[in-house]
Amino acid sequence: MRVTVQVFARLRELAGQSEWQCEVAPGATIGDVWKKSASTYPPLADFSRSVSCARNEDFARMNAPVQDGDVIAFLPPVSGGVK
Amino acid sequence: MSRFLITSDPLAVERLAAALEQASRHVDEGCGAVCTFVGVVRATHKGRRVRHLEYEAFEPLAMKVFDRIDAEVRAEWPRASVGIHHRIGRLEIGEASVAIAASSAHRPEAFQVCRYAIERVKQVLPVWKHEFFEDGDAWVEGAVADPDDEAARVRAHEVACA
Repeated sequence: MRVTVQVFARLRELAGQSEWQCEVAPGATIGDVWKKSASTYPPLADFSRSVSCARNEDFARMNAPVQDGDVIAFLPPVSGGVK
Repeated sequence: MSRFLITSDPLAVERLAAALEQASRHVDEGCGAVCTFVGVVRATHKGRRVRHLEYEAFEPLAMKVFDRIDAEVRAEWPRASVGIHHRIGRLEIGEASVAIAASSAHRPEAFQVCRYAIERVKQVLPVWKHEFFEDGDAWVEGAVADPDDEAARVRAHEVACA
């Protein structure tokens, strides 16, 4: 099945594009989509521990399953919150 | 005027404050306090001179985060009201990047809600800041955005009520 991946800010710069299609096996999770994306765009891997994600424009967890046609967004840390 | 907004237009905190006051003027006790916060572009970052900034948002998700902050405020301060406007695009030094207004019948709640709102914005709003210096550029990366992180929410509440 196929999902659309969106990335923002630094992740977009590292990937060199803001959106792409990703083919994953049935039963795949958002984490699988991330792994596949990071293997296509290796600089993304630096964010594996700090990335958050959204599925169809709502926050989601990396272990959530994806469905054909989903739009999966990966978000680098947001601009605030440093304490 | 929408209480929650992501916009590339200059922000106007007075108009947001006036809208909140008008909306709560005849509700319960009425409105006796409006507290505002404006975040502006600073000329330096960690000793480097900033030339300008660019803000980027994941807007549909940001609107959902606004709804969530609004619901958190209603649950904690049922008689207060909050509005948050965040600017995106290129901003020059001194321009407002975020404007927040909080209204309530009495000032303690208005101050608390205003502070809570900016803390939550910094924790979870999907907005990214790209700083352009005289000698390079950098993305500011702080919090891992997770609205379900209860510890972060409690921290914001503690800061607001300190």
